[in-house]
Amino acid sequence: MRKFKEFSFEFFIYLSTLITIISLFIFLIPIFKNGYKGIFPEFLFTFPKNGMTEGGIFPAIVGTFYLTILSTFFSFPVGIITAIYLAEYGKPKFLVDMIRTSISTLSGIPSIIFGLFGLSFFVVRFSLEVSLLSGSLTLAILSLPIIIRSVEESLKSVPVTFKEAAYSLGCSKFETIYKVSIPVAFPNILTSLILSIGRVAGETAPIMFTAATLYSRRLPKSLSSEVMAIPYHIYGLVTEGVSPEKQIPIAYKSAFVLLLLVLIVNLSAIIIRQKLRRQRRW
Amino acid sequence: MVKEKIKVENFNLYFKDKKVLNNINLSIFENKVTAIIGPSGCGKSTLIRSFNRMNDFYNAKVDGKIIFDGININDRNIDLSNLRTKIGMVFQKPNPFPFSIYDNVAFGLKVKGINDKSFIDEKVVKSLKDVWLYDEIKDRLFDSAMSLSGGQQQRLCIARALANDPEVLLLDEPTSALDPKSTQKIEELLEVLKKKLTIIIVTHNIAQAGRISDYTLFIYLGEIVEFGETKKMFTAPENKKTEEYITGIFG
Repeated sequence: MRKFKEFSFEFFIYLSTLITIISLFIFLIPIFKNGYKGIFPEFLFTFPKNGMTEGGIFPAIVGTFYLTILSTFFSFPVGIITAIYLAEYGKPKFLVDMIRTSISTLSGIPSIIFGLFGLSFFVVRFSLEVSLLSGSLTLAILSLPIIIRSVEESLKSVPVTFKEAAYSLGCSKFETIYKVSIPVAFPNILTSLILSIGRVAGETAPIMFTAATLYSRRLPKSLSSEVMAIPYHIYGLVTEGVSPEKQIPIAYKSAFVLLLLVLIVNLSAIIIRQKLRRQRRW
Repeated sequence: MVKEKIKVENFNLYFKDKKVLNNINLSIFENKVTAIIGPSGCGKSTLIRSFNRMNDFYNAKVDGKIIFDGININDRNIDLSNLRTKIGMVFQKPNPFPFSIYDNVAFGLKVKGINDKSFIDEKVVKSLKDVWLYDEIKDRLFDSAMSLSGGQQQRLCIARALANDPEVLLLDEPTSALDPKSTQKIEELLEVLKKKLTIIIVTHNIAQAGRISDYTLFIYLGEIVEFGETKKMFTAPENKKTEEYITGIFG
């Protein structure tokens, strides 16, 4: 009987693992199968033509790139500093509680709500129009909880013995944080930041009403330009337009490119972490 | 004649409402090794951490005086950074930073704002020589400190503290995580270092206290039971409790 229990438990462990892996492949295979052909270089580097029925996605790639980079420009500093505050200061308690509640609330909000918020707040209230700037700001708010949590975790994983050593050598609190805690946590901090980039790059709903346009024959010129973005482009190809038989293959290709980009970003995070960690065992 | 380096007067320490150290009166003598012994949880570590105010991080409340260089270090306005460079500390578990060996030793100097590279180089080499580590690692100064053995790491931590030119060195059970050979090396090292500075060491190992210290302080339940010259205490302790602890009847 005990043997049977043991066996069935292991069986379910393997089964669940298998289901996870299989689902991933069921999900990836059609996209790769339908998407990989003729990607390089025409599709990556040409503009869409004839109302999205022909051509490439160059402006969407550029747009996604701009949106992502610009949003990190807003979210990284605020996120990192908040995380430092939570991990290293954590006083007074009511303020910490307030920030924590805000973070968990923010991370529980569906992304479409961020889109609507961005529309009413940045686009309308602050008259930023549908623009690169509005979209980046919306994305920045969306990614804040992810950044704060993971950077805080990274900082908290720094052994307290290192901090004690720093204090015993005459460091002030601030010096301990920036000479010991941050350098020691750096590989993890960097990884979390890069992973948050991957997350932001794939978001659709937040930029739908705040930044994205379905069709553009030009690259964005300034912060107030509308931009094309890969995820929204896929959405548009599938839901709008007049000739689905021409648009669906393009959507597959775009999905393939987006997946590939996110994969590259995440992979580089893993590689960087491994590289930096190699010299740091404790 | 021995000179007094630190004087503790009517010192009490509380964590929240719990009194951890009770009415400590004590003199630490210059260029001597003072060992603090006692059973687990008696306040040894708390006492040694009082000398460089490391208990501040656990919200300790204190009263009474600890006088060092004519200043009460429990004063609110004292320059803690300056205090901690003058009173260095080595911890139970070797805790070099996960940086290079060089950067570990240079750390305190850089915190002080010293940028003169040749001065730092010189100081790093000298500190490493002082702990007999230089010859072992001179070809890999810029390797990670994590690649050293436990005993080497602990000597590196001593070198890191020495680079600040401290007057007092606090060691909180520095050899409890080390093998006998590394332990012996550190004991011999302290013997040499005490010519230049004053050493306070917490140890669980009674024999170690007997071997290396000039003065021994036995504390129990946060109070001093006996304090005196090691030779005398180990041969003719005044207090029954001390005798029982030293001979291993309890502890």
